[in-house]
Amino acid sequence: MANQDPLHPGLFSWPSPEPELLGSRCVLCGEHAFPSQDSCRSCGSEQTEVVGLGRTGRLWTWTVQTFMPKSPYHTDETAESFRPYGVGYVELDCGLKVESRLRENTPETLAIGLDMTLEIIPVRSDEKGTQLMTFQFCAAESP
Amino acid sequence: MTDVAIVGLGIHPFGRSPNLTGLEQGAIAARAALADAGTDFKAMQFAFGGSQDGGNADSLVNLLGLTGLQFTNIWNGCATGGSSLNAAYSAIKSGQYDIGLVVGFDKHARGAFNPQPRDWGLDDWYGETGLMLTTQYFAMKIQRYMHDYGISRETLVRVAEKAFRNGSVTPTAWRQTALTTEQIEQAPMVSEPLNKYMFCSPAEGGCALVLCRADKAHLFTQKPVLLKSAVVRSRHYGSFEVFSPSQAPAVAPSPTVTASRAAFEFAGVGPEDIDVAQLQDTEVGAEIMHMAENGFCEHGEQERWLQEGVTEINGRLPVNTDGGCLANGEPVGASGLRQVFEICHQLRGTAGARQVPNGPKVGYTHVYGAPGISGVNILAI
Repeated sequence: MANQDPLHPGLFSWPSPEPELLGSRCVLCGEHAFPSQDSCRSCGSEQTEVVGLGRTGRLWTWTVQTFMPKSPYHTDETAESFRPYGVGYVELDCGLKVESRLRENTPETLAIGLDMTLEIIPVRSDEKGTQLMTFQFCAAESP
Repeated sequence: MTDVAIVGLGIHPFGRSPNLTGLEQGAIAARAALADAGTDFKAMQFAFGGSQDGGNADSLVNLLGLTGLQFTNIWNGCATGGSSLNAAYSAIKSGQYDIGLVVGFDKHARGAFNPQPRDWGLDDWYGETGLMLTTQYFAMKIQRYMHDYGISRETLVRVAEKAFRNGSVTPTAWRQTALTTEQIEQAPMVSEPLNKYMFCSPAEGGCALVLCRADKAHLFTQKPVLLKSAVVRSRHYGSFEVFSPSQAPAVAPSPTVTASRAAFEFAGVGPEDIDVAQLQDTEVGAEIMHMAENGFCEHGEQERWLQEGVTEINGRLPVNTDGGCLANGEPVGASGLRQVFEICHQLRGTAGARQVPNGPKVGYTHVYGAPGISGVNILAI
């Protein structure tokens, strides 16, 4: 099996049997952000801490990306192998809504309010053959 | 303090102009605006201009004349035109200058914009994994709005139909062919629930306005249009904006709401006083949501308004009488000024086949753009 690395550090806890998203929480006002940031976008404080944001939530809104995006989109796909992907905001238990790719990619399989679970998926391989990984959500009852 | 008047209107038709640079289209619009005011570039004391992909706006002096005027480049995304107008308004209102030019132009490549994450304070992963598309944001915003307020797909189609119908009577529009309900319904899906005819496209074009102290306006035109307010506002914590990897738990009003309220307050009028409006319609959902965000109707009321034709040219509140962004395309630097150009023609009574009947007296323009900025102008004759 190929080596795997996160595409970008600090977005999710991984490897882990139950990976979760990582964000920041303001020590002063309690507001969360994803990805984590050093200052708070609500109150402007510079006192934030990295926290786990969990791995489940409900679908708040969604769409489907039907065509392969131009650069900066960067995966191993070609125009021929591209498959539409879902995009949505998932409302986590802390209330924060996180934008994410969705495994489901048809209007028939997506609906506001759907229970969603985090999964870690490959984006592309780098020059050393290492698989670069990112997060997406899928419907909780997905196989 | 003096009032501010718009006394010259100029445009270079929107669409595709393969033989002209963006800058040249800006110069054509500027010359047209100056001619409309019966004046020339030498008389301009200042200029504010902006362009995203057409080059530095102040390069226009190479084409219009090196007169030594203060020429300031303005770049504020989709609100570039609104921000230029706001700067011109302040320059005249403060007494610093008597007369000046506002100009915007652009020339975008075909297809959707491809913004880079670093320019927006985001890391590369966001774009690389396919989240950095404005089309997705617009689709997700109207998807949630339809769910919350009972807006139907038929209403989305009606907005597109109106846009292309109005474009068909607008000589400077890009899309001048009306489309049937079926043509719109059956267009290829881009991002659920929005299909090909429900999005505007990046385009080319130029637009310019001459502004002066209202007490000198009669020197330049029989029909000066007063710029009653020119407001630009940015987003609040919690407003649902494009290019946001996460959104706060509580949904806050969009910057459109605050810009609109401030503009009404400065102008001393309310939504019920507006006779004709331009509302940013980068896609059909935007026009629908902006009707409520600008205070013209309640959330959800758009469903009935579109059914009853309230926003048609002969309706109670005509919206986007020139076909808006949907029919004109969006050359970002020029688009906001095109809205003002159209409202000025409507108030002057010179809008031709798309003229709103019964002499509209008060008009309204609204732009909205990434990553959460709105510009509102109120105009009166």
